[in-house]
Amino acid sequence: MKKYWMLLLAAGLAFPALAVDPPANLKVCDAPNDDGRSVTITWNKSAAETADPVSFKGYRVLRAESASGPYAEAGFAFPGSVEFADNAVAPGVQYYYKLNAVTFSDSAQTEPAGPVISSAQWFNVARVNILIAFLAFTGLILLYIYKARHGADLFVRRIAGLQAVDEAIGRATEMGRPILYLPSGGLSAVSDIQTLASLVILGRVANKAAEYDTPLLVPCSDPLVMTLAQEIVKSGYMNAGRPDAYRAENIRYLTNEQFAYTAGVDGMMVREKPAANFMIGTFYAESLILAETGYSTGAIQIAGTAMITQLPFFVAACDYTLIGEEIYAASAYLSKEPVLLGTIKAQDWGKAAVIFLILAGVLLQTLALKFPSLGFFSRWLMPR
Amino acid sequence: MKKTIPLVITFLIGFYMILAFFVPHPMVANSAQEMQSWEIIIVAFTLVLGIGNLVFVHAEKIQRRRQGWFYSLTLLICLGAMMALGLFGGIKEGTSYYWLYDNVMAPLSSAMFSLLAFFIASAAYRAFRARNKEATLLLIAAAIIMIGRVPLGSWLWQHIPLLGAKFPILLDQVTRWVMEVPNTAGQRGIKIGAALGAVSMALRMLLGIERSYLTTGGN
Repeated sequence: MKKYWMLLLAAGLAFPALAVDPPANLKVCDAPNDDGRSVTITWNKSAAETADPVSFKGYRVLRAESASGPYAEAGFAFPGSVEFADNAVAPGVQYYYKLNAVTFSDSAQTEPAGPVISSAQWFNVARVNILIAFLAFTGLILLYIYKARHGADLFVRRIAGLQAVDEAIGRATEMGRPILYLPSGGLSAVSDIQTLASLVILGRVANKAAEYDTPLLVPCSDPLVMTLAQEIVKSGYMNAGRPDAYRAENIRYLTNEQFAYTAGVDGMMVREKPAANFMIGTFYAESLILAETGYSTGAIQIAGTAMITQLPFFVAACDYTLIGEEIYAASAYLSKEPVLLGTIKAQDWGKAAVIFLILAGVLLQTLALKFPSLGFFSRWLMPR
Repeated sequence: MKKTIPLVITFLIGFYMILAFFVPHPMVANSAQEMQSWEIIIVAFTLVLGIGNLVFVHAEKIQRRRQGWFYSLTLLICLGAMMALGLFGGIKEGTSYYWLYDNVMAPLSSAMFSLLAFFIASAAYRAFRARNKEATLLLIAAAIIMIGRVPLGSWLWQHIPLLGAKFPILLDQVTRWVMEVPNTAGQRGIKIGAALGAVSMALRMLLGIERSYLTTGGN
């Protein structure tokens, strides 16, 4: 047995490892559209990587402040890489780079490349398309606000979920039971735009609940949402001329633990049997647990969210569902204020523009298979 | 004044954050980052408000001996015990706080989450009834996806006479098509609408047109 091992070793020594070539075409440049703390290094693959990919370990990126060194390791790029972003440089400092192609038995280093000086940019050119879209959309909104202020007749389609708000509050009043309003699920904060949209609807619900003298319960998972909800509900009761009926303890904080919050709300549903449940805002896995418990108590349920993954659960378990954009349209729809309705019209035109761009993109990209010059649209929309 | 100051702050901070999205220079980006850090600090302090509210509501319930006051007492004892353990014993691995979180809080949360499976079954039963044309379409699509995606599905498909045996990969192709074409198209439609809605809502707030989050409905 020992003999065979010796033979194998001798064979290994007789065929030394292939010499490693350093990667060619090493280039360094200041990373575009950054805060001046990044340098991009590019190269062509080392011939050793193509010849023997099994024993090739990768590329060691070396950085120095002068061409002669000393060089320190700035990072390591795995086999297959031809680019490395060094995000640990200081702006305004001159740097040189070397690349070391490493195998298990050998390595080869390039000549230094550089100098390169990283600088901060004042405008992110890669986001120019977003800026154009933002400005166009803002322009549309301002145009429709102007039109609305000058008496234009603005039609907004019927939204069943929002029309059912009064029906749900009326039903709770007739049954002498409370209304439950969840401004968001167990994980959302006040910085979430969906939560803010939900608080707008809460204002309307509070106003009606105060008019009908129906208790309104608002359990919150975020202390800031609770504070805001208390102010909104209080204001609703004052507007309805019933400040005496306002109960601060009904707008309460439960917990910011997702499923502890869910258990807490389920408990309220089972114990206090609200006749109308509103679940509007950002919801995660707790959506169906809440909606099914509400269904089992026989409450009329209106839900709304822009969370794609939770929408099917709400549609399955609730009487009415506000889908995506509908929760943002609520304030305009419920108040019928011309200025707010104007922004909804702008939103519709924005959608029309997006549909047009999608169709144009599909057409041009399909034609680009035959005529590559027509692929400019996707290149422009998705810059590297 | 009480309304104007928050609106001015919203306008200035909001547009500054939009500016920071387009300007990567440290002069703007660093201050925007700083503001976000401040937000985290402020939000952490508001937890005191939440706990204060929780204690107030449950203490009142205990004091007035309202129905279920005993549960409120349990909650306050547990809250106090966890706070004391965390403050004096630390929250690292090996501490009593960590043990209680790992052996009480985490299993309770997991149990709550696991209930989802049963709720999905009951909601699906109601949702998948062929009441009208749309519901029937949903039922058919759901049945295809369910057979196509569950581990037992391919075995079931192979044993459907005149269909599964004759077209062995048909189910896989149809499942993929339903998921990738109509499902993705529908999701994208909702996402585009929701994104525009969110931008519109944000602009309404920044421009001070939407004030109902400060009081009700701008009345």
